[in-house]
Amino acid sequence: MPRFLAAQPDARLIPLPWHLPLEQWPNDVLVALPRGISRHVVRFIQVGSEVFAAKEVLEGSAMHEYRMLTDLNRLRAPAVEPSGVVSGRVDAHGSPLDSILLTRHLQFSLPYRSLFSTGVRRETVSRLIDAMVVLLARLHLTGFLWGDVSLSNILFRRDAGEFAAYLVDAETGELHDTLSDGQRLHDLDIAVVNLFGEFSDLKEGRMLDEQLDPLALVKQIETRYHDLWQELTGVEEFAGSELSRIESRVRRLNTLGFDVAELDIQTSPTGETIRIQPKVVDAGHHSRRLLRLTGLDTEENQARRLLNDLDTYRAQNNLSHTEESVAAHQWLMNAFEPVVTAIPPDLAGKREPAQIFHEVLDYRWYQSQRERREVPLTEAVQGYIRDVLSALPDEVISSEMISPLGEQRQLVNPLDPSQGFVDDQDMPVDPWEAEAYAPGTEVLPDHLDIDALRRRAGR
Amino acid sequence: MAAVSFKDATRVYPGADHPAVDKLNLEIGDGEFMVLVGPSGCGKSTSLRMLAGLEEVNAGSITIGDRDVTDLPPKDRDIAMVFQNYALYPHMTVADNMGFALKMQNVPKEEREKRVLEAAKLLGLEDFLSRKPKALSGGQRQRVAMGRAIVRQPQVFLMDEPLSNLDAKLRVSTRTQIAALQSRLGVTTVYVTHDQIEAMTMGDRVAVMKDGVLQQVDSPLALYDRPDNLFVAGFIGSPAMNLIPGKIVEGGVQVGDYVVPVAREVLAKTSGESDLTLGIRPETFVPAEGNDGIAVEIALVEELGADSYLYGTRAGLSDEEKLNAPQIVARLQSRHPLAPNQTVRLRPTPDSLHVFSNASSKRISD
Repeated sequence: MPRFLAAQPDARLIPLPWHLPLEQWPNDVLVALPRGISRHVVRFIQVGSEVFAAKEVLEGSAMHEYRMLTDLNRLRAPAVEPSGVVSGRVDAHGSPLDSILLTRHLQFSLPYRSLFSTGVRRETVSRLIDAMVVLLARLHLTGFLWGDVSLSNILFRRDAGEFAAYLVDAETGELHDTLSDGQRLHDLDIAVVNLFGEFSDLKEGRMLDEQLDPLALVKQIETRYHDLWQELTGVEEFAGSELSRIESRVRRLNTLGFDVAELDIQTSPTGETIRIQPKVVDAGHHSRRLLRLTGLDTEENQARRLLNDLDTYRAQNNLSHTEESVAAHQWLMNAFEPVVTAIPPDLAGKREPAQIFHEVLDYRWYQSQRERREVPLTEAVQGYIRDVLSALPDEVISSEMISPLGEQRQLVNPLDPSQGFVDDQDMPVDPWEAEAYAPGTEVLPDHLDIDALRRRAGR
Repeated sequence: MAAVSFKDATRVYPGADHPAVDKLNLEIGDGEFMVLVGPSGCGKSTSLRMLAGLEEVNAGSITIGDRDVTDLPPKDRDIAMVFQNYALYPHMTVADNMGFALKMQNVPKEEREKRVLEAAKLLGLEDFLSRKPKALSGGQRQRVAMGRAIVRQPQVFLMDEPLSNLDAKLRVSTRTQIAALQSRLGVTTVYVTHDQIEAMTMGDRVAVMKDGVLQQVDSPLALYDRPDNLFVAGFIGSPAMNLIPGKIVEGGVQVGDYVVPVAREVLAKTSGESDLTLGIRPETFVPAEGNDGIAVEIALVEELGADSYLYGTRAGLSDEEKLNAPQIVARLQSRHPLAPNQTVRLRPTPDSLHVFSNASSKRISD
């Protein structure tokens, strides 16, 4: 009998065919979603309206990753949510099967294979890279050594005009109190090598825009990471007369989306020089503020945009003296909600509500410029639905881009992009495969055979 | 290629009351396969990570060849962590999958192709170079991952529990492959494992660690035949060495009603102790004639091939004493008509006895 380990068990998972190796699961419980490459068998399971990613691994690895993801979620790091581990599986003949780690599919997420493909704008690529660098720096701030940073292990979500990146694979991860510089740089090295490999692979597969160069892309990751880390943790020294630089450092960090929880300020004995260094910084400056004011849980840049609109709303409606939370409530009822409720239910799966609101604000701005008048939100949202939203692909569960646009090539297995496209190559004979090692190799025993050791030493 | 040297290398985690690695002194020869082994928390992984540059060295130093690398960032140390990157890229050929990192380092194309071809020959993957990796087996994927490290031509290979995520079948074949490749390549290798069988079968030498302290470093056979202290004696060997406490008496050490003969010079090395621990490997026990051996009450007899494994406790103990008494295991070469609850006399063969001081835990026999 399989054993389920879960904090919030979902009873609908229990009747699934756990006695089959994941590779042999029937198609009616699976969905083909675009995803990165992996060395394990990974499938998406659909149960009712929910989708889970299932990964078949050794029990030890599955448990480790489940605990790692649980910890990351507790630390509010951007990572997928673990839903359980199914272990103790046996097949119909009673032979043991590996455990399965289940994670909840991240709604509205966009895997990289669909983001770097032909026609992608250079700015978009820059934004994706920035999102990835922010993810890596945030994980490093929490003491998480990833060990396998790669595009395949990241999901992106739209975040106003930017992207937010999420960790989807923590198999090799470790949580420490803090990371040494060596650990961080090692993780960055791994990221650079893996991403170079993945970009090169996309290029070989004709899925990377021609104007993008893998080497330039990974160099950009390195530079951006070092810059961001310096801003987040670096020491700054200045004359005692430039006290405003403390304030501007905090502001710069806020603009980057981080709150400063602890700033170390040291003055020289005579007060001539001041040294500052942020000690504790937390990501999510704007999203925390929006959540506190309105209860809306959004990505960081969406929050920034919504807060700006809230400020505008206060100014326009003479609410600048009203308490902020009261004004926020009015804005929620009179600006945000009407836009979201105007979206027909059949189009709701195309974007998240906060993203829709952001896009409607953009739409209204362009329309107002074009028509040289202040277009009301209620009017703009109708235009947005008609001109933009109805033409967009569904993103709740994005199944676009299983194969590149305009391509006739077929994936070997639509459920597993790790196997590449169908071609008609036969595999050559492997001289090692019959014995699992080079012919003539002395096979090491699987137990401590001291007599064999003596024989070897005697030779 | 290069030798590696830890000199008093120490790692103390902030807030910890004792070092994770305490003054490690270890010389690893050029081309040597060194295995670090020990129980969880013994400092083996931390030592490897200090060498890789992932853990700060708080005191002491580490050199690779004649370079002091103590404060160098990981990528400037000319080392390769093997099996760090397993992912195979489906649209790239096997050759590109092995050599892509060289392209990033601007190694010229001709040199790249040469290195990849050499590695592929070594790994039996020559015929696969122009193919896509989609249909490769688990073992072949492992070999491509090894190839990635080989083409970089590092001074040192580092492997941190590389087999822990593999299923049992792949683990056995990968272990054999790693050992065979290492001896052919002759690249200095530091390998961390918690599994003494892996350590004993793969390493040229094995460093046993406990609580951050190096206990002994020696060839696998020397560790087995001459363990330096009680910890190594108990850790190396499967089934483990019998460690039997006894009182010092004239001519030897008394265990129950039998005096195990111990040479006078050995007993002379004790400093006022009244008790010692005797170490006897299961296979060095032989059935004794008459009363000339330790009386053992048999609990279980297991026949494995030509050998019988006998499990029991010292005879003549009360039921309560039996609960805490160490188990005695003997591997007898030929079959004996033995059954549970029977008492049998066993003695160690001459020259096979290990004697340890309880006070210092150190070996005092030769």
